[in-house]
Amino acid sequence: MSWIDIGALGDIPIRGARKVKTRAGCIAIFRTDEATIFATSNTCPHKGGPLEEGIVHGTRVTCPLHNWVFDLETGEAQGPDDGRIDTYPAKVEDGRILIDAALLGQKAA
Amino acid sequence: MKKLVIIGAGMAAGRLVEHVSEAGGWDITLFNAEPRGTYNRIMLSPVLSGEKTYEEIVTHDAPFYEEHGVTCRFGERVEGIDRTAKIVRAPGGDVPYDKLVIATGSTPFIIPLPGHDLDGVIAYRDLEDTERMMALQGGKKAVVIGGGLLGLEAAAGMHARGIDVTVVHLMGHLMERQLDEAAGYLLRKELAQRGINVLVSTNSKEILGRDGKVTALRLENGTEIPCDLLVMAVGIRPATALAAEAGLATGKGIHVDDQMITSDEDILAIGECVEHDGQIFGLVAPLYDQAKVAAATLTGDPAAFENRETATKLKVTGCDLFSAGDFAEGEDREDIVFRDPARGVYKRLVLHESRVIGAVMYGDTADGGWFHGLIKDKTDITEMRETLIFGPAYQGGAALDPMAAVAALPADAEICGCNGVCKGQIVQAIENGAGSLDAVRGATKASGSCGTCTGLVEQLLSVTLGDEFKLPTAQPVCGCTDLTHEDVRRLIKSRELKSQAAVWQELGWTTPNGCHVCRPAINYYLLADWPVEYQDDPQSRFVNERKHANIQKDGTFSVVPRMWGGLTNAQELRAIADAADKYNVPTVKVTGGQRIDLLGVRGEDLPAMWADLGRAGLVSGHAYAKGLRTVKTCVGTDHCRFGTQNSTGLGVRLEKKLWGSWTPHKVKMAVSGCPRNCAEATCKDLGIICVDSAFEIGVGGAAGMDLREIQPLVKVATEAEAMEWTIAFVQIYRENAKYLDRPYKWIAKVGLDWVQERLADEAERARLIAAFELSQTIYQKDPWAERARAEEAHKFAPLADLTLEAAE
Repeated sequence: MSWIDIGALGDIPIRGARKVKTRAGCIAIFRTDEATIFATSNTCPHKGGPLEEGIVHGTRVTCPLHNWVFDLETGEAQGPDDGRIDTYPAKVEDGRILIDAALLGQKAA
Repeated sequence: MKKLVIIGAGMAAGRLVEHVSEAGGWDITLFNAEPRGTYNRIMLSPVLSGEKTYEEIVTHDAPFYEEHGVTCRFGERVEGIDRTAKIVRAPGGDVPYDKLVIATGSTPFIIPLPGHDLDGVIAYRDLEDTERMMALQGGKKAVVIGGGLLGLEAAAGMHARGIDVTVVHLMGHLMERQLDEAAGYLLRKELAQRGINVLVSTNSKEILGRDGKVTALRLENGTEIPCDLLVMAVGIRPATALAAEAGLATGKGIHVDDQMITSDEDILAIGECVEHDGQIFGLVAPLYDQAKVAAATLTGDPAAFENRETATKLKVTGCDLFSAGDFAEGEDREDIVFRDPARGVYKRLVLHESRVIGAVMYGDTADGGWFHGLIKDKTDITEMRETLIFGPAYQGGAALDPMAAVAALPADAEICGCNGVCKGQIVQAIENGAGSLDAVRGATKASGSCGTCTGLVEQLLSVTLGDEFKLPTAQPVCGCTDLTHEDVRRLIKSRELKSQAAVWQELGWTTPNGCHVCRPAINYYLLADWPVEYQDDPQSRFVNERKHANIQKDGTFSVVPRMWGGLTNAQELRAIADAADKYNVPTVKVTGGQRIDLLGVRGEDLPAMWADLGRAGLVSGHAYAKGLRTVKTCVGTDHCRFGTQNSTGLGVRLEKKLWGSWTPHKVKMAVSGCPRNCAEATCKDLGIICVDSAFEIGVGGAAGMDLREIQPLVKVATEAEAMEWTIAFVQIYRENAKYLDRPYKWIAKVGLDWVQERLADEAERARLIAAFELSQTIYQKDPWAERARAEEAHKFAPLADLTLEAAE
């Protein structure tokens, strides 16, 4: 897998998120603690809410529109809601955030 | 019989006489420089204040000494000790001894200020000093130098006799050896309320006199405080002169070993004159222990003195104060603090390695003895840590089962502090048929005021009625905790939790950092209760408050600039129109709160749009905030032929005062200039209707999911008062309401009566306003301007845009 550097870890606050635009659509990059990063689809499967704007807690995010909660590791919706978001490889190295370069090439679904 | 001579007849010596004469075998001679036997010196303060007489505090009288065959040599000052001949020399004749006990006590320290030898400058040590103070006529003036235990007792005692008293204390707070700053503050407040003038951090310079009599104290800053009597109560020194002259080892005091034996094996020493293991003593409990040990040593029984924790109580009627152990701050120490400002209660426990090592209490000291026991016994308190500060009444069952804790409360335990209702009354009301919270409220008033005890009352219902009663409302905040919002608010205040991490940790959150339900609530409680200490956490805010704009269903935002009181002008409107053009705003709408809403703005465009609007003087309208939204107004006296007051002006002033503050839920207000009520003030969270002679303020209106008319809060005569009441109302709501309770919901819980009563108290109103203004110094700033700056603005853009890069 080849990695692409998308920014500094410090650009995302702890328990915060930022989005990255790709040809496949927007990806949300979550920082759940000091050095843990997750990359998922930015779009809630319920009504399309932007997940980067949600509240990040533990390794989960709550959609800002209707409070659907997703596990960032599996992408599965939690609780009574049924749905999932795509998750993507991401890691932190030397304070930089790296995601899978394959995301560059994907065509929007 | 062997001869025992005791020099000094203070409290330690008195106790020694009792022990030794009980054991028998000694011929006792008791010397006392004071012309009397043993009396309870620590009760001199009640004698001074007139609550007791001297006769009542005498512990050993002539018949006692006669009965026990004690030879009394009172009023005689011992001149010397001849250790080789084993003789005590005294004016009335020498006395030989087999064993000698020195109990000369201490002498008060007199600061060698110029004028300290004037007539009318005294210490506070013995009955003579007390009588000097008692002889002062009502209306005379006295100064007490020293705000320690004795000084304050002297001051309060004289004050009770009608003397005009000023206390001058060198340190920053009263009783600094026994109290921490907070308790010292409460004590000072109490004394000041009684009319005792208390000066802290104050240096004395000179005692002034005329004809050899004291007339005034001059302070370092030049102020002169006139006085007819000056009492120095700045500390005591062990009286070691006699022992030192006899060649005994002395330091700060007369050196003794664990058996109370001095450097001469036939001479013992006890009381305030001794130094044991580097310590000297001023409180009575260890002195009694020393007397016991000395008695054992004399009779040949093994015993060893061990200094133990001593508790202090101030003997000033009405000042309930308790202190025990060590309460200095330290790295490996933790505090549990409980404050109830309304009742003037402060409690602080200092913990070290799961043990209580210090306790300071003010206002409610009923549990002092129990805490003192925990300190002395070094009890491991891990199991009861959560409820420890509430005292033994809460330690009945498993520490964390609130039902068991309530069941274990004694009948006289106070449940409702606001209305002074105890458990017994509530249980009785329930047994008499009050089967619901409302019924109990109706019967006893319990939980009818501030509502923080609602949970306790419900638990009592449950405990008393068993299965017949279903707990209705003990709703935890969320799945992260079993605590209710009310519990969390109370604990944040009482345990001084000042960060989210502290809340999660100390209150046992089951998740590492909360969830989307609790985080915004906790963030609000912390910033409302600790505006200075706590830093707002954007990551715990719902998107609208983090972005300072309202998210729409398509992920775009709406932008509402503030228009004070609904007023705008051509320049602002032009700026709004230009922004709408520049950022392709699809929808422009006028809101119900007299504002203009620009809908459909892309998140990335927000900072630039705010910068443009800011240049025209427009700031955030907080249309997204749990905070002050709008103050809607009518045109009032400016243009309207019916207007009775300047409602527009008042609305603008209110909005300028209140904007930027965070509240439990959104707050909407309105001011109507006459009862025709064109600003629709009667369905707002707070609405003001101006009438010809007054401003009628109503609260708790709603026109959302529920429709409510405001209830009258107060009618005031001036605009200034209307401002005052409005600010105080907002602050009391900020301090007490559950997150996401609009005022009408909150008022339904606590009762309008409670709100009115609190706000009617002028001092409370002033406190609320001051607290609000302190918070505003931090939170009243335009969030748009802050985020329009380049270093912040980039955060609104994507972290990266990979659509522009070529795929490999």
